[in-house]
Amino acid sequence: MSLTIDQVAEGQALPELGYDVTATTVVLGALASRDWRPMHHDYKFATVRNGTQDIFLNTPNLAAWFERYITDWTGPRGRIGRMTFRMRDSVYPEDRMVFTATVTAVTTDDHGCAWADLDISVSVDDETAGQRLCCTCTARVAIPTDESDNPWARKGQNWTP
Amino acid sequence: MSESSLPAEITDLIGQNQYPKTATFPVERSYSYNTLSATENGNPLYWDDAIADELTGGMTVPPTTLSLWMRPHRWEPGATEEQVALQVHFDLKEKLGLPEAIMSDNTLILHEPVRPGDVISHHQILRSVSDEKTTKLGTGRFWAIDIEYHNQDGELVGIESYTGFGYARPAEAGA
Repeated sequence: MSLTIDQVAEGQALPELGYDVTATTVVLGALASRDWRPMHHDYKFATVRNGTQDIFLNTPNLAAWFERYITDWTGPRGRIGRMTFRMRDSVYPEDRMVFTATVTAVTTDDHGCAWADLDISVSVDDETAGQRLCCTCTARVAIPTDESDNPWARKGQNWTP
Repeated sequence: MSESSLPAEITDLIGQNQYPKTATFPVERSYSYNTLSATENGNPLYWDDAIADELTGGMTVPPTTLSLWMRPHRWEPGATEEQVALQVHFDLKEKLGLPEAIMSDNTLILHEPVRPGDVISHHQILRSVSDEKTTKLGTGRFWAIDIEYHNQDGELVGIESYTGFGYARPAEAGA
């Protein structure tokens, strides 16, 4: 049901995730995160006022996409401790966004919690630029050491994300 | 223009806890499904009560929904203007005369799981404001804002850090 740390190695690539973004994807994600700002649902505001080519995915929803991508890989016992991401370009309707990732480190902390560090990228196909890099993310996710381990049971000093 | 030329009303705010606030509504399982649906996230931890009971001692909500539980209603009775999240960000736009803004970086550090029924509180801390920069969007400044979130028992549930870029588009800058 869930990945264990012995199945993870530095340099390992995660399975790719591709998703065709629509205006509904953008609007649903914005409203799901209670982000009412118009550049995430109002084409005219986004293009005329903000100067972007269309409405675009909002930051909290991108975080949720990263979460989905990571836990698709780890399974439900995987517990994200930290993620940092940088928006380099926007994801627009009609983009096909593609998530890829590599394991950059596998460690165990002083409390016996096993961690995988990930470098994740989101790119979209672009007619003129080929692949357009939209967002990069580094994430740290706790992964069970074995079938009996449960990172979600960690609290206080035993959880150091 | 250097950071030292920032108005004192802004430099004085760096490092200060601002806008402490407690949510006016509890965390809702039903609303968390909007995020799961928007991202087609089938993690059984959030769909299967038996798995939630086994792993997290009951249902939790996706940790990346952290900020949404503090986002205000866009309108509520008595409000005289649009209600916005991350007020420090909007304060900076206004005080620096930068009409547009985007978020460029976001960090989430996740602690205690958030559960349906929790009532979340937070406060905002301005960490820094950059020198003036010019990007393809326009000329403006980057700023870093931390938000610390606690539950009703005072437990830290997460820390979120945003880097925003407030800017004027070229035509506006020259106006």
